[in-house]
Amino acid sequence: MGELDSGVGGYFAGMKNNSSFKKICVTVVWSWLFIFAMVPVLLTLITSFLTADSSSLVVFKPTLQNYTQLFNSAYLKILLQSLYLATSCTLLCLIIGYPFAFTIARSKSRHRALLLLLVMIPFWTSSLIRTYAIMALIKAKGILNTVLLAIGLIHHPLPILYSYSAVLLGCVYDLLPFMILPLYGNIEKLNPDLLEAAQDLGAGKIRTMVKVVFPLTMPGIIAGTLLVFLPAMTMFYIPVLLGGAKNLLLGNLIENQFLSANNWPMGAAISMLITVFMGAMILLYWRNAQSKDKQNLQELV
Amino acid sequence: MKKFTKQIYPSFVYLFLYLPILIVIIFSFNDASRSLIWKGFTLKWYFELFHDSGMLTVAAHSIIIGILAASLASSIGTITAVSLFRYRFFGKNLLHGLLFVMIVTPEIVIGISLLLLYSATNVPLGFWSLLLAHTTLCIPFAAITVYSRITSLDKSIFEAARDLGASDFVIFSKIIVPLLLPAIVAAWLLSFTLSLDDVITSYFVSGPGFAILPLKVYAMVRLGIKPEINALCTLLLIGTLLLVVAAQVALKKNEKVGE
Amino acid sequence: MYTNIVELKGVSKCFGDYKALETIDLTIQNGEFITLLGPSGCGKTTILRLISGLEKPDTGHIFINGQDVTDWPPEHRHLNMVFQSYALFPHMTVFENIAFGLRCRKIAKNEIVERVEEILRIVKLTKLAQRKPDQLSGGQQQRVAIARAVVNRPLVLLLDEPLSALDYNLRKDMQVELKQLQRKLGVTFVFVTHDQEEALSMSDRVAVMNEGHIEQLGTPRDVYEEPANLYVAEFIGETNVFETKVIRSDKQTVEVKVEDKRFTFKNKRGLKTRQEVCVTVRPEDLAVWRQEEVGEVSDDMLPGKVEQVIYKGSIVELVVRLESNKRIYATEFFNEDDEKLDYQIGERVWVNWIPGWEVILPV
Repeated sequence: MGELDSGVGGYFAGMKNNSSFKKICVTVVWSWLFIFAMVPVLLTLITSFLTADSSSLVVFKPTLQNYTQLFNSAYLKILLQSLYLATSCTLLCLIIGYPFAFTIARSKSRHRALLLLLVMIPFWTSSLIRTYAIMALIKAKGILNTVLLAIGLIHHPLPILYSYSAVLLGCVYDLLPFMILPLYGNIEKLNPDLLEAAQDLGAGKIRTMVKVVFPLTMPGIIAGTLLVFLPAMTMFYIPVLLGGAKNLLLGNLIENQFLSANNWPMGAAISMLITVFMGAMILLYWRNAQSKDKQNLQELV
Repeated sequence: MKKFTKQIYPSFVYLFLYLPILIVIIFSFNDASRSLIWKGFTLKWYFELFHDSGMLTVAAHSIIIGILAASLASSIGTITAVSLFRYRFFGKNLLHGLLFVMIVTPEIVIGISLLLLYSATNVPLGFWSLLLAHTTLCIPFAAITVYSRITSLDKSIFEAARDLGASDFVIFSKIIVPLLLPAIVAAWLLSFTLSLDDVITSYFVSGPGFAILPLKVYAMVRLGIKPEINALCTLLLIGTLLLVVAAQVALKKNEKVGE
Repeated sequence: MYTNIVELKGVSKCFGDYKALETIDLTIQNGEFITLLGPSGCGKTTILRLISGLEKPDTGHIFINGQDVTDWPPEHRHLNMVFQSYALFPHMTVFENIAFGLRCRKIAKNEIVERVEEILRIVKLTKLAQRKPDQLSGGQQQRVAIARAVVNRPLVLLLDEPLSALDYNLRKDMQVELKQLQRKLGVTFVFVTHDQEEALSMSDRVAVMNEGHIEQLGTPRDVYEEPANLYVAEFIGETNVFETKVIRSDKQTVEVKVEDKRFTFKNKRGLKTRQEVCVTVRPEDLAVWRQEEVGEVSDDMLPGKVEQVIYKGSIVELVVRLESNKRIYATEFFNEDDEKLDYQIGERVWVNWIPGWEVILPV
């Protein structure tokens, strides 16, 4: 076991092997992803530098206008609003999710599979339906108000729906599993001896957390942030269903530009802005994750 | 304090995650059209759902797209995983990175970029545009599901097959696929779930000629409350639940084979 | 058929910066049982994988049956390998596992059945043909792995630590079985292990390896009794080492000082005066004499004190501290006429050996 000279390299790590089977596999995979993943993004990038036109949607007239327009007060306000909402949502998910993930990762192993499955089910469940569920919970004649009225805590239905809090609540509810799963994956890998060692060396509970646990689970925190922050800005139906028209976010903006205002270049520019955000966060993640943790997202499935 | 962190706190989080869903499920059986007050058990919303021929067509569309997209995505995902695991080829690291990026990319970005692709190439919005979009959406999830299992297999099994004279295709069809079948099934089930639930991407790449379930749900939710929506959501929720549990069971089974 | 079934000429291999194999030459004869022996990371598995074609050498050429196969893929080399983890296909039955190689070579169905059944008889697994690997014991899995390889009638069978996963008793049995099988089949076996006992008991020849090169290649008896250097002497079995200098030498004899006593030994290796050497003596070659057994202390006896007595059933191991404070090990065998082996700790003893049983090695 552990022979240094047995594990490295070898036929399967890729000695020259040009079987036709390999060629077919690689060609199919790359063609598909090139056509349906890379070319579309390239098209978005190109479109974002073109000019909108009422008759043919887009005309080939290069311009930077779509980007400069982003700094208009109206757009800027939506951008800041989105950032604010996404940040609050991410922080709330982290605050709720971290202790939760920590607890289930440290629970008895025979319970752990079930506890994890219970998080995984909402993870894979339609977030639209779950948004609808929140809507049913908080609307004026919803269950929450009915219960509160019935027990006499309030005398008039609370106007929760169609407010900023409703949108925030919806985002947290929808995206919490996306924070918990990567955190869980990271915390579970944490060697419990490490915590004991830290405490043994005289570090208090809080110190252990801050100096040992947080830094070691940083890849999980960043992965969770990645999976919560970006959707929070772009899930257009959450503001539509829970915020009415009042809370316009980047997602709604893109949707508008594409499907109502017919200003595709503008929509593409906003989409590129989000892509740049994402790129920055991914780089941060890759820098933080040790090379072996790079497949951290694998643990989601 | 210890009890709080160990039991009470997680219970609250689970309650938060499941209470709204439970309410939807319970009210799908409520014999009242608008009020939230419990008026007795009924299945009438489900009957109405099944007598709505428009609804059945839409559901059939979604299931067809789901089956095809899941089959395509799990096939391509499997060969992606196998290629990443076994071969060295041009752009291998890029492919690794691309799959990761595709998973974290907000769906709206994928949706509009595909819309741009379709309009640039004059692909009409409808069946094909949806199928290609859903397949693309599912490939990275399918690939990662299979990849995480293939890496847990003993590498010398493939070397042994090679040593015994098996060609790459024989290794793939006689060793890898049978050994990874549970993981491939799991990838299929998860892809089907994703396809069945996808709203955002579909929203941009679907056309009026080919309506699908998630968009129908979105329209119903947005326009107003018909109680059937509770029944429809309940069915979709239970469908997802079964698919996810089945996928997990399949993966667990694969773990045993891999030992 | 060539007598030199496998030849490695000037072969070397690096993994990144790590030099797994220095430039080596190795010739393996047809029908022999050769063992590559060495510690972890010495390059023995690399040699095996180079022969099999699972790795490609950085330099040099590999010949199998007289043909240069350096660029050939593994499936064309007509060799088979038994893996350390057995690498049985878990989803196939024993029969299917063994038939796999034949099916890949598109051999006729009835011939496949015939050959698989024959090999099943040889490895005594006929009754288990329809079982899956996880329903077999470790030893049975081991036999399936070997059967799966030899059913293809390879020119050479490569075995990568095939016994290391078995427990001690089973390993002993399998050693005997493997050796018998090899004789029966007449196939060349190239066996990799880090267990020197395994290597000595099974092989026709042993290649002792260290840090990517071969230290010595010879029969088990050669490497044990005439080690080429200190590394081999210390790696194979235990040995006592006295570091010293040659006082005087001529063609036949060499005079050295061991523990302040002058000894004259045969000069087998052409040692020169003032050369730094090690005199090594195996523990079982040392005789330990008690005070009452030595009438007159002869010149070749080294005085010491018993420091520890380790009883091991058929033998007793003694740790003796010599007057120079050096610790040496001696193994004494029980035999009928020597009823008293009850050495006391602290007892004064004398140690010597029959001249000629020592090995003098240059440092």
